[in-house]
Amino acid sequence: MENVLLEMRQINKIFPGVRALSKIDFTLRNGEIHSLMGENGAGKSTLVKVLTGVYQRDGGAIKLEGKEISPHTPKEAQECGISTVYQEVNLCLNLTVAENIFIGREPKKHGFIDWKLINMRAEELLKKLNVDIDVTKTLDHYSVAIQQMIAIARAVDVSAKILILDEPTSSLDEQETQRLFKIIRQLKKQGMGIIFISHFLEQIYDLCDRVTVLRNGELVGTYDVAALPKVELIARMVGKDLSDVKDFGKKEEKSIPSEDVFLEADHIGCTGLLMNMDVKIHKGEVMGFAGLLGSGRTETAELLFGIYSITKGQILINGKKLNIKEPMAAMRKKIAFCPENRKLQGIIGDLSVRENIILAMQAKDGMFCHIPYKEQVRLADESIKLLNIKVSSREQLMKNLSGGNQQKVIIARWLVTNPDLLILDEPTRGIDVGTKNEIQKMAIHLAKEKGMAIVFISGEMDEMVRTCTKLVVLRDRKKVAEIENDDISSENVMRAIAGGDA
Amino acid sequence: MGKLKGLTSSSLFLPLVALAALLLFNIIFVDGFLHIEMTEDGMLYGRLIDILNRSSSLIILSLGMTFVIATSGIDISVGAVVAISSAVVCTLIGGRSDGAAETPMVLAMLAAVGAGVLCGAWNGILVAKFKIQAVVATLILMTAGRGVAQLMTSGQIITVYYKPFSYIGGSIPGNVLPTTIFIVVAMVLLVAFLMKKTSIGLFVQSVGINPTASRFAGINVTMVIFLVYAFSGLCAGVSGLIESSLIRAADANNAGLNMEMDAILAVALGGTLLSGGKFYIGGSVIGAITIQTLTTTMYAIGIASDQLPVIKAIAVIILCLIQSKRFQAMFNEWKNRRNSHKDLSMAEKAVDKV
Amino acid sequence: MNRKIKKLMNEAIASQYFSFFVTVILFIVLYGVGIMTYKGFVRPQVFFNLFIDNASLIIVTVGVTFTLLIGGIDLSVGAVVALCCMILAVLLEHTAIPFVLAVIGVLLLGIVFGAIQGYLITAFNMQPFIITLAGMFFCRGLTAVISRETISITNPMYVAIASERIDVFGLGFVSIGAGVALVTLIIAAILLKYTKIGRTIFAIGGNEGSASLMGLPVFKTKVLVYTISGFCAALGGVVYSWIMLSGYPLHGLGMEMDAIASSVIGGTLLTGGVGFIPGTLFGVLIQGVILTFITFQGTLSAWWTKIVVGALLCIFIIMQALITERKSKISSKSSMQVTENKAAETK
Repeated sequence: MENVLLEMRQINKIFPGVRALSKIDFTLRNGEIHSLMGENGAGKSTLVKVLTGVYQRDGGAIKLEGKEISPHTPKEAQECGISTVYQEVNLCLNLTVAENIFIGREPKKHGFIDWKLINMRAEELLKKLNVDIDVTKTLDHYSVAIQQMIAIARAVDVSAKILILDEPTSSLDEQETQRLFKIIRQLKKQGMGIIFISHFLEQIYDLCDRVTVLRNGELVGTYDVAALPKVELIARMVGKDLSDVKDFGKKEEKSIPSEDVFLEADHIGCTGLLMNMDVKIHKGEVMGFAGLLGSGRTETAELLFGIYSITKGQILINGKKLNIKEPMAAMRKKIAFCPENRKLQGIIGDLSVRENIILAMQAKDGMFCHIPYKEQVRLADESIKLLNIKVSSREQLMKNLSGGNQQKVIIARWLVTNPDLLILDEPTRGIDVGTKNEIQKMAIHLAKEKGMAIVFISGEMDEMVRTCTKLVVLRDRKKVAEIENDDISSENVMRAIAGGDA
Repeated sequence: MGKLKGLTSSSLFLPLVALAALLLFNIIFVDGFLHIEMTEDGMLYGRLIDILNRSSSLIILSLGMTFVIATSGIDISVGAVVAISSAVVCTLIGGRSDGAAETPMVLAMLAAVGAGVLCGAWNGILVAKFKIQAVVATLILMTAGRGVAQLMTSGQIITVYYKPFSYIGGSIPGNVLPTTIFIVVAMVLLVAFLMKKTSIGLFVQSVGINPTASRFAGINVTMVIFLVYAFSGLCAGVSGLIESSLIRAADANNAGLNMEMDAILAVALGGTLLSGGKFYIGGSVIGAITIQTLTTTMYAIGIASDQLPVIKAIAVIILCLIQSKRFQAMFNEWKNRRNSHKDLSMAEKAVDKV
Repeated sequence: MNRKIKKLMNEAIASQYFSFFVTVILFIVLYGVGIMTYKGFVRPQVFFNLFIDNASLIIVTVGVTFTLLIGGIDLSVGAVVALCCMILAVLLEHTAIPFVLAVIGVLLLGIVFGAIQGYLITAFNMQPFIITLAGMFFCRGLTAVISRETISITNPMYVAIASERIDVFGLGFVSIGAGVALVTLIIAAILLKYTKIGRTIFAIGGNEGSASLMGLPVFKTKVLVYTISGFCAALGGVVYSWIMLSGYPLHGLGMEMDAIASSVIGGTLLTGGVGFIPGTLFGVLIQGVILTFITFQGTLSAWWTKIVVGALLCIFIIMQALITERKSKISSKSSMQVTENKAAETK
């Protein structure tokens, strides 16, 4: 094999209860830009962390330039020649540009740090990357785009063999992205091996030579970018074989949306979060937000629920304009939101199942209108029965439940408030198959029997196609398509996500 | 064996055991510790009654501190607020030698408690609205507060001769028990009422355990945090009444001295984690009584009040270690290693026997 | 025109030395008010007295600043000062130990104490305020255990050092304590600006996660910072004993608050990562000026100093909070991706 720079063989990584990586093979060549792709939970960042010494692998081997390595800390990985520029630029905003590049390895003169030299060399390094700025100013003076360049300058200077870029263009506009790509191509010519992690399909097709797809901690395959059409790439990522497009529509099982519009989002957007979104949600409808990671689905949901405030456009509920500045405002209008990250945004671990279930309801009622214990018990027991939640008792602590049951409790929390609109953001992530099905069926049932409006966000194409009556496709923080009724199929959705030249 | 485990893992276990140990020590080494008698005025009197009496202001402070700590915060200004409250009530009543009051006592008392609430609200705004770290926000009042109290009393110790004032810390004629016990019971009942009839307890715990999720569930996190500091101020205000009544004076330098440490200790002992989350009012009450018993016991041995903090400091560190997850992990690892050694040597012995 | 002014203002606010400028201007203004109100203020000795009287506070504040820089805090410093004074008094008055050894012993004590606090905080991930609060109570109590009464220091050599006057260009004099304070300031400033350790401290305070991802020695540095604070507190205690020439349980009461206030007024951010040693000097000097003013006034109680300082601290903290909010809106656009920031934990 020519030019093999890095070889990772049969890498395993296990966390308590979860197999994060399973027998992953990954090779990187000299002078190659290799993309690592996969949805959330696929294992990309875990693989990178194993390579960079943040995690220790539980099995397999890593060979760099033919020699086996086992970095135990980020510092050791750096010393091997592996550098990473993380998604959240991991520099220190309070230090100067020059200092960020050289911290930990400052050149000294007579035992004291030589600032003159640092500033000079920093300027030189950045000029090579076509960045001409005042290196003596602190990092927080510069835009994220520039910060990223500085992080790259540091990474390149620290080690010259492998550069890992984790979502480097998430905060860049078109111009800045092209600038970055110019630099990456330069580095490629110098013989560096570059791992490029991104969910922006166009950019990957623009920049990368090969792509490795991960799914659920397993390797799907490694492909030459030139030989793989976009739609097929997406199919690999979401686990759908394109030849197997037999979506058992079962349309008769789906709900029938009414004519009444419950919520209308009229050209809403929020600086830094969402560019533009236009959608009408009907009662009795199950609407899906489809799109890859980072396309703006969660952001839209959060804006509708008041986690953030819209900076443009307006939201109308039952025809009336409304300012939703905080969750309670949305809750008063009978909107409910089941957030994506249940650990951080949903679960109150040390409280009981009962307390978690009645929490939102109690917040709605206010501090002084206490829900009597008997009523709490009734609500909790009903929910446990209705959603088939497996608990030893309603007083069991939330943190001791399995993921699936925890998710059900969060859904129960919102069902108890009897909402008119229920937004479910990745309700089936990290859950066993049986519970996944239950939740999907429940979503349809609520829309059909109760006339609730449901927004269903999921990374699993199957689920969305099966449950939704309308799919809104997002890409790059704006809506790009609406697919409804007979047109709903995995193929159509994936084509819409892929865009023009699939 | 299982039942024993259930007992030991109850949150009240630690403070009760500590209290029992201290009481036992006192019963053995102090004459007449359990002795209670009736005085000529028809009042109960004895060492036990004395402990309950003196622990009253600490119990009340601990009530407020429990809520603050439950939200992952801290209030180290309570001692200073006690001083401010004493200064307010004594200045208003006045130190007239003819024993008359310059302001009706009830009004003075309300003003003092009100001053406490204002101090608490001040802390609350800094922490909840400006998101300043609790320790620094309350540090400001901790040091400036005594200055304010000093100014109010013009640097003097104001002695109050108005007889009814002493009833707060002592007892109202005709009552068998000291008034403080009634005040404590009233405060505890108030808190119990709040817990039962409002959802403040639920919200406080929720905010302490996961403020982000609380927000996503619609809870007004800012308001909850503000209220707990205001309540802590209220408790300190009431405490100030008791403390100044006990000595019938306002001593801005010494009123409430070191009480913040005692309160924190009582809350930690009572089972509430210093990192916030679930709280145990009952535990804090018992913890406060235990701390007071500890203090009295130390005095009985001959340790002075300004030397006592050493022991309390060590107690806090030990409690923090017990509560620290990393320490627990280290301890478990050490235990496992010892057990595996034991298993190994037992296996070896078994093999030898064969 | 309006836009240009706004831009200049924004730039000034964004400058890391903004707080320092405000502090210096405040000092000059206060001193000016003093001069205008009291004739005596004009004498140069008044300025030098600021250094003599506050020498101990300057040293202690330097130590506290280190802990604030990494985003921690040290509430035990005042108590350490008292403990050191008391130990010195006992050693000098009741034993035959030469005073040099006594001083060295006390400094070692400060180092060990600081290291223990640092270890507890870092190894067990415990909150700095509770550990150092316990440390404060521990030392105060220990001081009272040694002696509840004042112990005067009468050791002739020691007294000689305490009363030594160093001439300053004929304009006035300063004490040895002031000299020690100045040396401490200079060493601290050099350490923070020109050594790896110093820069690591700033990095940790700025973003601990990033610092460890960049391979910096976070654990060691954090323990070291608290050790430095303990040392400075002990050194401050030695200097304090030169001023008070006694050991007494209530020495240094409230000093931790004065130190934190001085540091914050001098430009140290409570959240960590930003601080400037010359700024902390001015923070202490401002306190000194206020106290001098009150002394000149004669009728106002000394407690007013604590209240004014508390108010200043409050204002500066709120100012910091508002500026930080403004800053994040002015410079970088917030990231398009609202992601979970999993800055990795390293072992």
